[in-house]
Amino acid sequence: MSQTPFYSLRGISKAFPGVKALDEVQLDLYPGEVMALIGENGAGKSTLVKTMTGIYQPDSGELKLAGESIHLATPDAARKLGITAIHQETVLFDELSVTENIFTGHHLTRGPLKMLDWRAMRSQCVKILADIEAQIDPDILLKHLSIGQRHMVAIARALSFDAKVVILDEPTAALSIYETQELYKIVEKLKSAGCAIMFISHKFDEVFAIADRYTVFRDGCFVDQGKIIDITQAQLVTMMVGRTVDQVYPKENIPLGSNVLKVANFSHPTEFNDLSFELRAGEILGFYGLVGAGRTELMQAIYGVSKITQGSIEVEGVSVIIHSPADAIKAGIVYVPEERQSQGVVLDLPIDQNITLPQLSKINKNGLLNQHSEYALADEYASRLRVKAPNWHEPVGNLSGGNQQKVVIAKWLATQPKVIILDEPTKGIDISSKAAVHSFMSELVKQGLAVIMVSSELPEVMGMSDRIIVMSEGLQVCEFNRADFNAEKIVSAASGGLNEKTIH
Amino acid sequence: MQKITTQKWPLPKDLFSIKKLPWEFFLILITVFVFILSAYASPYFLDPWNLSDATFNFVEKAIVALPLAMLIICRDIDLSVASIIALSSVAMGFAAQYGFNIPVIVIIGISVGMLCGLVNGAVVTHFEIPAIVVTIGTMSLFRGISYILLGDQVLKDYPEGFDYFGQGYIYWVFSFEFMLFLVATLFFYFLLHKTNFGRRCYAIGNNPTAAFYSGINVKRHRLLLFVIVGALAGVAAVLLTSRLGSTRPTIALGWELSIITMVVLGGVNIMGGAGTITGVFIAVFLMGIVTFGLGLLNVPGIVMSIIIGAMLISVIATPVLIKKFSQRKG
Repeated sequence: MSQTPFYSLRGISKAFPGVKALDEVQLDLYPGEVMALIGENGAGKSTLVKTMTGIYQPDSGELKLAGESIHLATPDAARKLGITAIHQETVLFDELSVTENIFTGHHLTRGPLKMLDWRAMRSQCVKILADIEAQIDPDILLKHLSIGQRHMVAIARALSFDAKVVILDEPTAALSIYETQELYKIVEKLKSAGCAIMFISHKFDEVFAIADRYTVFRDGCFVDQGKIIDITQAQLVTMMVGRTVDQVYPKENIPLGSNVLKVANFSHPTEFNDLSFELRAGEILGFYGLVGAGRTELMQAIYGVSKITQGSIEVEGVSVIIHSPADAIKAGIVYVPEERQSQGVVLDLPIDQNITLPQLSKINKNGLLNQHSEYALADEYASRLRVKAPNWHEPVGNLSGGNQQKVVIAKWLATQPKVIILDEPTKGIDISSKAAVHSFMSELVKQGLAVIMVSSELPEVMGMSDRIIVMSEGLQVCEFNRADFNAEKIVSAASGGLNEKTIH
Repeated sequence: MQKITTQKWPLPKDLFSIKKLPWEFFLILITVFVFILSAYASPYFLDPWNLSDATFNFVEKAIVALPLAMLIICRDIDLSVASIIALSSVAMGFAAQYGFNIPVIVIIGISVGMLCGLVNGAVVTHFEIPAIVVTIGTMSLFRGISYILLGDQVLKDYPEGFDYFGQGYIYWVFSFEFMLFLVATLFFYFLLHKTNFGRRCYAIGNNPTAAFYSGINVKRHRLLLFVIVGALAGVAAVLLTSRLGSTRPTIALGWELSIITMVVLGGVNIMGGAGTITGVFIAVFLMGIVTFGLGLLNVPGIVMSIIIGAMLISVIATPVLIKKFSQRKG
């Protein structure tokens, strides 16, 4: 094993409006070794990957490849230097064949007319696929392949560039166990070929199975690095979470009221199975899990967006049937979606019209718009949420992400719901808006609302929830009461490390 | 975080009128310009009866353009409107042949239109097929049915008095058709800009997913709009059939393009989400005046369509160019 890093980063910083995504971080990749990058969501891992592959330019700091300082102006520049990343959601072309996918952007040509040499490309494709032992027909259209097979194609594509640095960004998130094993084999092959590999995963068993070294990030800062044999899982989790979470969050103790929501035996054909829980007035119930654990799908099913195979819902003891968001709203359940811009707001409509949208027929009983009462309602709730805007006629698209989120919450509060589901409520918004959303959650439960919060940020879930349900691969793994919150236990439960059911 | 000072309603501003004011202003400007130019160019232009006659050329199309504008704002489109007019006219022709009286004939005409709209809407919303694909299909389908039913026959046994819809005058030079168009404009202006239904059109057109998540029954809304477009195509069929006094399967052939031109010229975003009835109303007159003025000057039909095509592109390109240049400066 070599002791000089092949690709190294020093003092890299990258800021976005309102957020410092990376703060003076460092990282070293060694040839023939796998380095695991560990950190929570929001620790800056994705930003780092994008900086390493030329998608983002760092504000400051230095990238060195094989001892030489490099500047990556474009992703293409990175690719030419042999730096390639395989993302969780692979960017490939559904309607093209495997061979075409692999060679798009660097087709092989022959002759003076630069004719495409499909024969050469195909034979090279067969060779690469054989190298990684992927049994995929090079002529099949990509859309016919499974997600796992697509990953293989993405890896084959990376190899066709003569990659020296391979970055795997949560490659196993969508893979089956068998496919994951296949991936391990490929990683071993890449290692023996002398590639420097960076591996990002939330699953500790994978990290310990294939990584040689680790680097831990937290909140955009470098925390520690070292060899994987010198460390334990518990130590990694402590470094990852690494702070006391209670102080930051405006959590208040509120006496719980009666049962508001009862969800029983909820099952979906593919995303989740047999989930049951209850929710009381004044309670914040956190749902924690990795990306792809089925939390969002569960919430959307409760809200009537996706269909379930079985299950029932009771609101305040009365059984309700929910087939559409309209039914859910009528039953008093509202949903603040994770995808704010595509599902939460209508960007071109002004704030007041966004807020009144779900209850137009309630405000305007005869079907005619009454702009006075509409504006009054919007004013009441937008002011309560402290939406920052010149006035409520401003199109929502002109607001910052945090203020857009406040508009979505205002919209739902105006319907006077019983249960509000917040799906990643603080994703991608600035720190002050985050704090505003959190303190508002406390205010809501004080008024007797029941809140469900889906979050991938552990401090947030631990800081705000009265109870946490951990989901993993579509199953309810375990449940923690506030008194028993333990970062290590929650994280390992979400990573599939804890299989005991329901610890109280 | 301080509380912002909120201004109370009423404010002078309405989002759409602010955004679209330059566009409509621009349209009015061109319309007035063309009007004055035509008045100078031809001594016959300003004659009230001539102007009144000219309206017959476009009000039937314009009556369909109004609901179609709403449909396009909702991100859908209906290319089968002219074929609906044909099928509806054929149905009325047969109804007249069987000796039904005028109210029944009119009801049959409008109902056939609504039924065609229902077919379009049901296929689009139920099977989630893009409206442009479905209505290209039904464009041929409805027209084809008209051909099969009628062959090279002509139906013209309309009862006495049926000609009033297309040829009658309510007062002086104001024809029934024209007045009906004004009433329809008011109705659709009200529907799009003053009701919950209209608000939902903009919400769906801008972001159908967020509209659905906000509890709006998006499918039902779109279906209803298709039926409304069909109904108005039926109304246009009544007017046109009454004016011509006869039905052939080729009736209203090619009208869908002029109708869509009116909508787009009126500033309705073909991708959905934006547009006003006011804009469409002005565009209707602009097209009417251009066609009439050029006609008086004996400009041949081919040249006229070249001019209308150029007008459409330049009118649409101008705001885009203005925006681009103002951005470059800013």
